[in-house]
Amino acid sequence: MTEKLIAGKTVQVNEEGYLTDASQWNKEIATEIAKELEIELTDKHFEVLNFLRDKNAAGEPLTIRKVGKSGIVDIKGFYDLFPGGPLKYSSKIAGIPKPVSCV
Amino acid sequence: MQKLLILGGGTAGTMMANKLIKALNNEEWEITIVDKYRTHYYQPGFLFIPFGIYNRHDVEKPKSNFFPAGVKVIYNDVDKIEPEQNQVLLDDGRVLYYNILIIATGTKTAPEETPGLKDKLWMKDIFDFYTVEGACALQRKFKQWEGGKLVMAITELPYKCPVAPLEFVFLADDYFTKKGIRDKVDITLVTPLPGAFTKPVATKMLSDLLKDKNINVVSEFYIESIDNDNKKLVSYDAKEVPFDLLTIVPVNMGDAMIERSGLGDDLNFVPTNKHTLQSDAHQNIFVLGDASNIPTSKAGSVAHFASEILFDNIIDYIEGRPLSASFDGHANCYIETGFGKGALIDFNYETEPLPGTFPLPGIGPFGLLKNTKINHYGKIMFRWIYWHILLKGKELPIDADMSMAGKKRISF
Repeated sequence: MTEKLIAGKTVQVNEEGYLTDASQWNKEIATEIAKELEIELTDKHFEVLNFLRDKNAAGEPLTIRKVGKSGIVDIKGFYDLFPGGPLKYSSKIAGIPKPVSCV
Repeated sequence: MQKLLILGGGTAGTMMANKLIKALNNEEWEITIVDKYRTHYYQPGFLFIPFGIYNRHDVEKPKSNFFPAGVKVIYNDVDKIEPEQNQVLLDDGRVLYYNILIIATGTKTAPEETPGLKDKLWMKDIFDFYTVEGACALQRKFKQWEGGKLVMAITELPYKCPVAPLEFVFLADDYFTKKGIRDKVDITLVTPLPGAFTKPVATKMLSDLLKDKNINVVSEFYIESIDNDNKKLVSYDAKEVPFDLLTIVPVNMGDAMIERSGLGDDLNFVPTNKHTLQSDAHQNIFVLGDASNIPTSKAGSVAHFASEILFDNIIDYIEGRPLSASFDGHANCYIETGFGKGALIDFNYETEPLPGTFPLPGIGPFGLLKNTKINHYGKIMFRWIYWHILLKGKELPIDADMSMAGKKRISF
């Protein structure tokens, strides 16, 4: 775990750059992380991010399927918002842990 | 009379019935088990059917052979659970009251969840091996197949027996090599995971093995639909994988009854405390095996280890104590790798599969994360152990809690 300065705020991140304390997150940090991933955030993005943060706070495991059933975006729309790796990128931008694939 | 009701007479439900009948006073407790099917399948054997190693009769026995005397058995479908009333409605109108309910209804494949899967190529060029029908149909197909692109694809997580698709491609490599047409068969594994497996050390070992055997891996591929006309898989981000013969793990879901009862998550798995195995919503409902949402493998070994924990917790519950036993997510999987060899992995919620020996430190006889002949024999012997020891709820010389003894922590 290391400290990183993002959008003028010092936060704790793991070796992959995921915030380790979701409470240190704010919108500016999200925008900055998104920029590193070449994603420009819109209101739709923030709706998804807030959904992820709520579910994460409630201790619910997150899946692409769950986001697809959220009523905010369908799975295709989720891929369009976060191309290449919707769940891992959105989680990183939302300041929550990288979802673990349980098999 | 107090009533303990078990829904599902598969691996998990049968083991629990056998453990509880011995422990509970039959003048105080009545144990009932409900299942809609009369045949018990040895599901680890399905994998061997496409390659002609097992046939249907090798994996089927009557469920009644394994239910202990003294347990009431009802063969009927369940309409729904009404947890507030502590009762279960059967679809023939009967009502069963319970003091304690154990949900062990497992997971099933839901091919209808993927557009184009149950279409014109289904059971012609597209097969599953998670049903005995699919496995037998694939055996017939393989016998006359002359080669082409063989794709093994996983649609969604979680699914039953996470190593089975890997074993399938290893055994396919073996089968077509022996048939003399391996050079005409292009084998590809398609997975939504970032690699061959979820945990780094096992992924490294398995990826090397896949590479040695000339098996391709397409990772992070999340299937949106199957194009029957052009014979290709299409992902949500518009990538494509062509196939001539497709073997697929359809979406896995809990029983539809769970949904009718309002007890499931978006895949009909029951939210369950991962340590106590008590349902999150109701104190007198416990969940064992694949039916729960606990974050570990959906596998018989997990149900077996968890059954020992659940047994202790049910006794605690009956005697009015706090639930004292805690499940650690222990899973133990043999991985058939073809040509008479196998690998073995042993892991839990916290510890990924590591190399070493099992179950005796330094001795084995089984090698963890090693490709050996003895591991293969372990898998073959396991069918006997399953029918004669495991289902009967007898003790195996392996602890429910995972052990670090004999394992080596490694890092890259």
